[in-house]
Amino acid sequence: MTVLAVAEHRRGELREVSLELLTVARQLADDIEGEVHAAVVGGPVKAYAERLNREGVDTVHTIAEGEEFNHDVYTQAVAQLTEAVDPAVLVMPNSVNGLDYAPAVAGRLDRPLVTDVVDLSYDDELTATRELYGSKVETTIDVHADRAAVTVRPAEWPAAEGTGDATVEAFEVDIDDAAVRSTVTGFEEVGGGDVDITDADVLVSVGRGIGEEENLDIVYDLAEALGATVSASRPLIDNGWLPKDRQVGQSGKVVTPDVYIAIGISGAVQHVAGMKGSDIIVAINDDPNAPIFDIADYGIVDDLFEVVPALTEQFE
Amino acid sequence: MKILVTVKEVAAVDDEFELDGLAVDDRYVTYDLNEWDEYAVETAVQIREAGDDVEVVAVTIGDADAEETVRQVLAKGADRAIRVWDDALAEAGLLDPATKARVLAAVADDEDPDLVLTGVQSADDGFGATGVTLAERIGFEWAAVVCSLDLDREAGVAHVHRELEGGVEELTDVELPAVLTIQTGINEPRYASLRGIRQAQSKELAERSLSDLGLAAEDVASPLEQTDLYEPETGGDATVFEGSAEATAAELASALREKGVGQ
Repeated sequence: MTVLAVAEHRRGELREVSLELLTVARQLADDIEGEVHAAVVGGPVKAYAERLNREGVDTVHTIAEGEEFNHDVYTQAVAQLTEAVDPAVLVMPNSVNGLDYAPAVAGRLDRPLVTDVVDLSYDDELTATRELYGSKVETTIDVHADRAAVTVRPAEWPAAEGTGDATVEAFEVDIDDAAVRSTVTGFEEVGGGDVDITDADVLVSVGRGIGEEENLDIVYDLAEALGATVSASRPLIDNGWLPKDRQVGQSGKVVTPDVYIAIGISGAVQHVAGMKGSDIIVAINDDPNAPIFDIADYGIVDDLFEVVPALTEQFE
Repeated sequence: MKILVTVKEVAAVDDEFELDGLAVDDRYVTYDLNEWDEYAVETAVQIREAGDDVEVVAVTIGDADAEETVRQVLAKGADRAIRVWDDALAEAGLLDPATKARVLAAVADDEDPDLVLTGVQSADDGFGATGVTLAERIGFEWAAVVCSLDLDREAGVAHVHRELEGGVEELTDVELPAVLTIQTGINEPRYASLRGIRQAQSKELAERSLSDLGLAAEDVASPLEQTDLYEPETGGDATVFEGSAEATAAELASALREKGVGQ
């Protein structure tokens, strides 16, 4: 039995999650005393295969179809490879592109799919752990099937390290062009504003807890007193209160300032993905159970409308 | 043109709560229309307002309590709605994306839409896979995580932007018929007007059982079984300052100054 992990790349770069999937696959393969197979579809597959040849990887399958991700091609390619390798578990990233083809592959092969998995084990059958209600609870799911598929949350497992001695094999797929009914025409960077939040040493970041757009003034006041830059979590960007290039998170920018002050931000996993690399994280939130406190270095559990002006006063 | 919008009433859990077996005790749960679906509904209603001969049909899988939520969708401008429920669904356990897609596919077969819109994910279980699973099942093209849509009905193409990680959007052309999963921020969802709320009362909200859709109880038997539910351990070791706002702000300020902030 094997475990098959499908790598992800974009614009010539293998994405970090690809190496994390190898760790997941090795962990599962150890449970079933099986092999780890990795696959990469499209782009410079030989170069990608070299990077995927990490310790514990037995075989890397390269599928030279297209340059960039196209879900119609990926669905056909991954489904055909999965049928050929017949892994007990097919492992894909819970990324935007992962969610654009993994459900189609699972559906096509009639494999149960568990998405956004944060822990996994295999003992006769697959057991997966997921989070519910914005990370407030965790649930365990038993998959009653001898073949399964999962998408794995990025940054939950460490990247696989070391250099392996995997066999690299080209896999020929038979792409039905008539079934390719989508065309990727390009990419666009969002924003275009005058401030690059990834450059800031200190970020004052604001979330849904601020309530109203006019309340943002207290955040700007604090940022001014600190000489900091203002960033935000997704809901504020969706509301149009700040430009798109000020968004911190999975779909926004990944920031690593010296100090990140999260104001009224609960700490949803998508947001945390964008800021957990900050040196010092400060959380100000009136909900003591907000997940942001799990990663904060300093916290204040109180009404932000009292704390933020008081903090501004300290620095004026 | 017919647009089918799948919507879901989702559960939100209070900050403090208790568990009751494999669920959160209902006393700590409130229900509302899924945030992502609000944007999908708005997208559909805007397409209808921009063109002739467009019908927007909302569909949900949910018990009678979900009717209030579906009425919200009708009040926001959907023309009619379908609610699928019966005893077999109530007893089916975990309604995973494959199970939901089987039910929604049966509705799509009946309705024969040109476009299906769903939210990217639901706020409660967050599988994020129902839309693409449905597309595969009914043979539609699809695009996941759509943050911009330009529909060319004449050419039968949806020009979409897909929101990738890291502040990058992918530009993709998708042939219709298609399923698009809609990301928040694509538009500004409207509030239901008083007039809309009144009109919603007289709009059709049809109930369908599995047998109405040509399905049987075994069609909603999921291979996924929820076996445990618990509060995750918090790994936090934050220094939490306590006291008045002035006192905590002063302590935080001094901690930050030590790190060279504000100097």
